[in-house]
Amino acid sequence: MIPNKNVYLDYAATTPVDPRVIAKMLPYFSEVFGNPSSVHFYGQQAEAALEHARKIIADAIQARQDEIIFTGCGTESDNLAVRGVALARRKEQGTSQILISPVEHYAVSHTANQLADEFGFKVDYLPVDKYGRVDPADVEAYLQPNTALVSVVYANNEIGSINPISEIGKVCRKHNVPFHTDAVQGAAYLLMNVTRDQVDLLSICGHKLYGPKGVGALYVRHGQTIHPVQTGGKQEIGIRAGTHNVPNIVGMAEALLLAQVELSERTRKLTEIRDYLIKNVLEKIPECHLTGHPSIRLPNHASFVFGGVDGNHLLMMLDMAGFSCSSGSACKSGSPKPSDILLAIGIPLNWALGSLRVTLGLDTTMEQIDSFLQVLPKLVEKAKK
Amino acid sequence: MSGGVDSSVAATLLTHAGYEVVGAMLRLWSAATEGNDNRCCPPEAVASARQVASEIKIPFYVIDAQDEFYRQVIQDFIQCHTRGLTPNPCVLCNRVLRWGFLLQQAQQMKIDFIATGHYAKVVSLNNQKYELHRGVDQEKDQSYVLSMLNQDQLAHTIFPLGGMHKKEVRELARQCSLHVADRPDSQDLCFLGDKDFRGFLERYASQLLQPGSIIDLNGQKMGEHQGLVFFTIGQRKGLRISHGKPLYVIKKDLVDNNLIVGTMEQLGQTELVADQVNWISGAVPEREFRAQVKIRYKAEFAWAMIFPMPDEKFKAIFDQPLRDITPGQYAVLYSGDSVIGGGVIL
Repeated sequence: MIPNKNVYLDYAATTPVDPRVIAKMLPYFSEVFGNPSSVHFYGQQAEAALEHARKIIADAIQARQDEIIFTGCGTESDNLAVRGVALARRKEQGTSQILISPVEHYAVSHTANQLADEFGFKVDYLPVDKYGRVDPADVEAYLQPNTALVSVVYANNEIGSINPISEIGKVCRKHNVPFHTDAVQGAAYLLMNVTRDQVDLLSICGHKLYGPKGVGALYVRHGQTIHPVQTGGKQEIGIRAGTHNVPNIVGMAEALLLAQVELSERTRKLTEIRDYLIKNVLEKIPECHLTGHPSIRLPNHASFVFGGVDGNHLLMMLDMAGFSCSSGSACKSGSPKPSDILLAIGIPLNWALGSLRVTLGLDTTMEQIDSFLQVLPKLVEKAKK
Repeated sequence: MSGGVDSSVAATLLTHAGYEVVGAMLRLWSAATEGNDNRCCPPEAVASARQVASEIKIPFYVIDAQDEFYRQVIQDFIQCHTRGLTPNPCVLCNRVLRWGFLLQQAQQMKIDFIATGHYAKVVSLNNQKYELHRGVDQEKDQSYVLSMLNQDQLAHTIFPLGGMHKKEVRELARQCSLHVADRPDSQDLCFLGDKDFRGFLERYASQLLQPGSIIDLNGQKMGEHQGLVFFTIGQRKGLRISHGKPLYVIKKDLVDNNLIVGTMEQLGQTELVADQVNWISGAVPEREFRAQVKIRYKAEFAWAMIFPMPDEKFKAIFDQPLRDITPGQYAVLYSGDSVIGGGVIL
């Protein structure tokens, strides 16, 4: 009933697939449908498409083609990076400490936690400032001889802040510790240069950048040992077994290419709308705080906390009023648990429970934002506990 | 919506009748089972409700009410047991959570009615005054648990199943290809997983698990009990005393923590006083009247003379003595199919 009329403001959760991406993907469902691992003509055709996609992605991040591993999603890439490198490093060097920021996506933090709870690793957390950003000097201070891996997110999905990846990469490389960054959110709007930034592992996925769901990639620097997580056949040089989802991989590559080609235009347009939104929300609504860095943040990302507000109730009312947003943390079950990330940046509980994340996309217009701003203040008031 | 067949069919009927329907499920309780503190109200019930909502194409939200539920229902439940009463938390929950908290939230979203799959009816005389009636399915009638609703709450309520029998409801579910058509009905209190009353008490009210003596009306010791909380008036099960004749719980002595038992003949009272009385019409009746009374959800109707009293009370004097008038339960008054009101038995 309601969904077709709603304004979509949750692009950080997922994006619609660009029609140009769909067009690129179509031949690979029924025409060029072979298994790239097959010896025959059909396999060769499919493999060609696969390798072409791999090249596109490698070029996009300034990596070598043989450094790109395809996975099933961003979470899988994070799992492979964290678990795969932690286990490999312990086996080879005996290191067993993992250093991550306290504002990582669960795909990184829960993987690290599992390694601690069940595989004998230790997880330590880097400090973050009130914007959730990591200081490279802290990375230097926290590194130990026992550190197997450092993982710091490129751009945070809940609060939008962007981390100084290049400086962190430099510190880790100096100490010869592998550095992984989750670029699942960042890849849509930020340039990546793993060579210049001295990044050893980088995760991306398709569906955050107007590509299909169910596909991701992990950049693994040549020479970085990594323990395969999904084992089976010899695909992806034995690092990630499984028949390739060629149409999806082709789609992800095309989406990433478009994102980079259109980067400045997209960034310019979205930043303007984002800043307009943020300014007006902060002006119109009392007891409101912007979370994340005010300027070093994703161009499409606005996240707020409201004092004394029930965030889930607010989301429901916004949805009923025609605006589909998120809080970046509440699960669909309506659980009132506050986000670990908000607590980690020092937001008090009473505010953390009233979080709202509004993320914009290529279809977002100023008119939509104006309508949203008309409706938001009174709903925030109603959602006060 | 609960994920069960009744609320699912109720929602379906409303969509057929042209209402704009929104499905909602209240998350009331998160049972901490085996360290899994994150479990929602049975995830499988949520999934079922969500699936029905998508089958009938309505929006669906899970609304958290755990704090409210704990403060208003659970604490009352524990307090009642502490005072030796046998509470009925469902009646309270309906009044304060579903028709309190949830109705308020709905009204904030400009939603006009709440509807449930209860077997009961709201009957309106010119949209001015409302009556609560039994559902036509006498076996399933749930008007008892709705007896504490007031005129304003009834004015904003729709019970689509009031005119149907359970069998028809299931049949309709099958016809509409709802996946819940053959789902069995739930029986327990929603916050006692696997009927684990003892487990609940251990976690939330361990002070009630005090063993004590079972004595007869003369003070003679008959046996031991593991906590007065496990017994209710008229109960026979669980006494574990071998005696010539069957023994029943007569009353609870909270002071000395004794459970007093007696024979069937020693049970039986002819009157009760009810407190916190809700008169459905909103007005206290001016004089005494006759009514049929249910002293428990599943009790038989018993004729009594009802005497309204000051301070939200009434007295009921029964034609025949009843064995199991239990303080803490609700005494609900009926005139034919219409619920006159109800109150907590003192």
